[in-house]
Amino acid sequence: MKLIEIKNLHAKIGDKPILRGINFTVNAGEVHAIMGPNGSGKSTLCQVLGGREGYEITEGTVEYEGKNLLDLSTEERAVAGLLLGFQHPVEIPGVKNIYLLKEALNAQRAAQGLDDMDTFAFMKKIRELVKTMGMDDAFLHRGVNAGFSGGEKKRNEILQMLLLQPKLALLDETDSGLDIDALKVVSEGINLLRGADRGIVLVTHYQRLLSYVEPDFVHILYKGQIIKSGDKSLALQLEAEGYQDFLEAAS
Amino acid sequence: MSEQQELEQLVQRDYKYGFITDIEQEIIPPGLNEDVVRLISAKKNEPEFLLEWRLKAFRHWQTMAEPQWAHVHYPPIDYQALSYYAAPKSKEEIDANRPKSLDDVDPKLLEMYEKLGIPLHERAALAGVAVDAVFDSVSVTTTFREKLAEVGVIFCSFSEAVHSHPELIQKYLGTVVPAGDNYYAALNSAVFSDGSFVFIPKGVRCPMELSTYFRINAMNTGQFERTLIVAEEGAHVSYLEGCTAPQRDENQLHAAVVELVTLDDATIKYSTVQNWYPGDEEGRGGIYNFVTKRGDARGHRSKITWTQVEAGSAITWKYPSCILRGDDSVGEFYSVAVSNNFQQVDSGTKMIHLGKRTRSTIVSKSISAGRSQNSYRGLVHIAKSADDARNHTQCDALLIGDRNGAHTFPYIEVKNSSAQIEHEATTSKISDDQIFYLKSRGISEENATNMIVNGFCKDVFNELPMEFAVEAQALLAVSLEGSVG
Repeated sequence: MKLIEIKNLHAKIGDKPILRGINFTVNAGEVHAIMGPNGSGKSTLCQVLGGREGYEITEGTVEYEGKNLLDLSTEERAVAGLLLGFQHPVEIPGVKNIYLLKEALNAQRAAQGLDDMDTFAFMKKIRELVKTMGMDDAFLHRGVNAGFSGGEKKRNEILQMLLLQPKLALLDETDSGLDIDALKVVSEGINLLRGADRGIVLVTHYQRLLSYVEPDFVHILYKGQIIKSGDKSLALQLEAEGYQDFLEAAS
Repeated sequence: MSEQQELEQLVQRDYKYGFITDIEQEIIPPGLNEDVVRLISAKKNEPEFLLEWRLKAFRHWQTMAEPQWAHVHYPPIDYQALSYYAAPKSKEEIDANRPKSLDDVDPKLLEMYEKLGIPLHERAALAGVAVDAVFDSVSVTTTFREKLAEVGVIFCSFSEAVHSHPELIQKYLGTVVPAGDNYYAALNSAVFSDGSFVFIPKGVRCPMELSTYFRINAMNTGQFERTLIVAEEGAHVSYLEGCTAPQRDENQLHAAVVELVTLDDATIKYSTVQNWYPGDEEGRGGIYNFVTKRGDARGHRSKITWTQVEAGSAITWKYPSCILRGDDSVGEFYSVAVSNNFQQVDSGTKMIHLGKRTRSTIVSKSISAGRSQNSYRGLVHIAKSADDARNHTQCDALLIGDRNGAHTFPYIEVKNSSAQIEHEATTSKISDDQIFYLKSRGISEENATNMIVNGFCKDVFNELPMEFAVEAQALLAVSLEGSVG
């Protein structure tokens, strides 16, 4: 079953074209990795799919579960199960983490016609997840990402994913800035999300994450286009040759 | 007002409480002179001392000029074009000034209270709130007075207190805010119509939160409320004040005076949610809110806390202050001031440290949206006598959009070198990144803004009584509607 189908997607900021014809499809149950050097358009792709304003989509289509994704607002995409994990999660001082988690969950439930989750059940669930992510309960009562270390921010992103159980998780450089222990915890979190009815897209610069979360497909993004696709061995090849040689050979 | 009109207002998401109740009013013709002052006093059957006090204030007011230093702009006010007294008529004689029970109250008035959600009847009992509802200038009804009377608490309209407890009025009136304190306070002292009086006797902890709702409802009628709260030795009271006003085009003047007195070991907590009509999106209309609020922590170890959520009014000029006279007395000021469209706010506090080891805390949060101007103006004064005084001030400003202004005018005067003073200030802006992050979690833009704003104000909301905290959050949401995006 197709979760998302991207066809010939072009996007630009101002006069600067960044995506120049992206094509790929994610089916339920698949894990895709998108790799590429800095400036290849990885983050732009994530932002465009997440519905960020400021990008002009000049060509192409994106279908999400048979609907035109580009017609949906950011919050509509989120409650429909497309969740973006940020490379640099923003700090929101004063807004408690637990409050964000609860609001996000209840927004999703409301879209599904469900009542708010009972506070007691919610607390029980969230405490379990906090433990899974190797975090402390106190963290729930801190401001969203406020004063968090890089690793804590990324764990927080995965914690949100585990709570919200997205159909399609789009993780933008979730591995950047993580030490090896944090990388393991985050990877385990991502692996918990894997499932037959779910798709995951990992956007990453390095092969490192992919040895913990094994992708079914690897795509190489370069200058706004996917120039090569393959299985996980492609990532290893890229790692062995380095972007420079690999890209020269490919183009 | 027809259902259709009501519906239209709802759809247009105008100011929520913008309706005018059609009710017969007795209004003194516009203009202000000594005769008007005498007439007001006569209508209320006031004792001689009060009339003299009013006249003295009036004569002083005539020598004064309107203050110009605030960071606000408005056309000159014609004080001779205002009416200075309006009283709703009841079946009872005007003399009585107060219906004996709710049955005597004009049903339309009760209907209005319903619309405002004022918890009278059983709701008040459930909420544990006693309501002294001020309709324009005369108090209409007071609940729970018997329960309060059992413990010796006096909670009644100011005019009533003038008759039932003249000795208390004479002893305390004008001792915190003297009649000639400032232009608006002098005007208020001359023509004040009514307000509330609270007296908590020695050693008594008031068994419930006390609450008053004010509402302006007469065209061209200035509103001059006067409130006096006295807590004797060891007494405690928490007083809530909230107000809304109907929508209209002319600007209206509101110049209230609030005086608080705490004796040894007494505590007064005064909380306000201010929601006067702020004017429309073009900056037309709205209330001019020129208020003098001051507490005198007269006794040792006494404490005065001001908590305010200022969301309404076209112009706000308000500096709830504390005179920390008693040794070890404590003054606190927690404020959220929201401005949108063309609103102008110049608000803050004064902490005057006179006693030894006096402490004060100031937490001021301003939120500016639209084209509004929002200023914090505060004074921390440590007198020579105030050994080991301490103050902590935190001023945070949050900007929404880029056409408004946040300003801070802190004044610090220290005459005693043992003082410890801290001042922290921040200015931040709700960023697109923050909004996008929350939206990407399924939260609507409106809710995202509310979350950030409420988070910003949390330190102040925590100081509000529970029922007010909920109301305050709702109020902020309404006030900032449509300000983002």
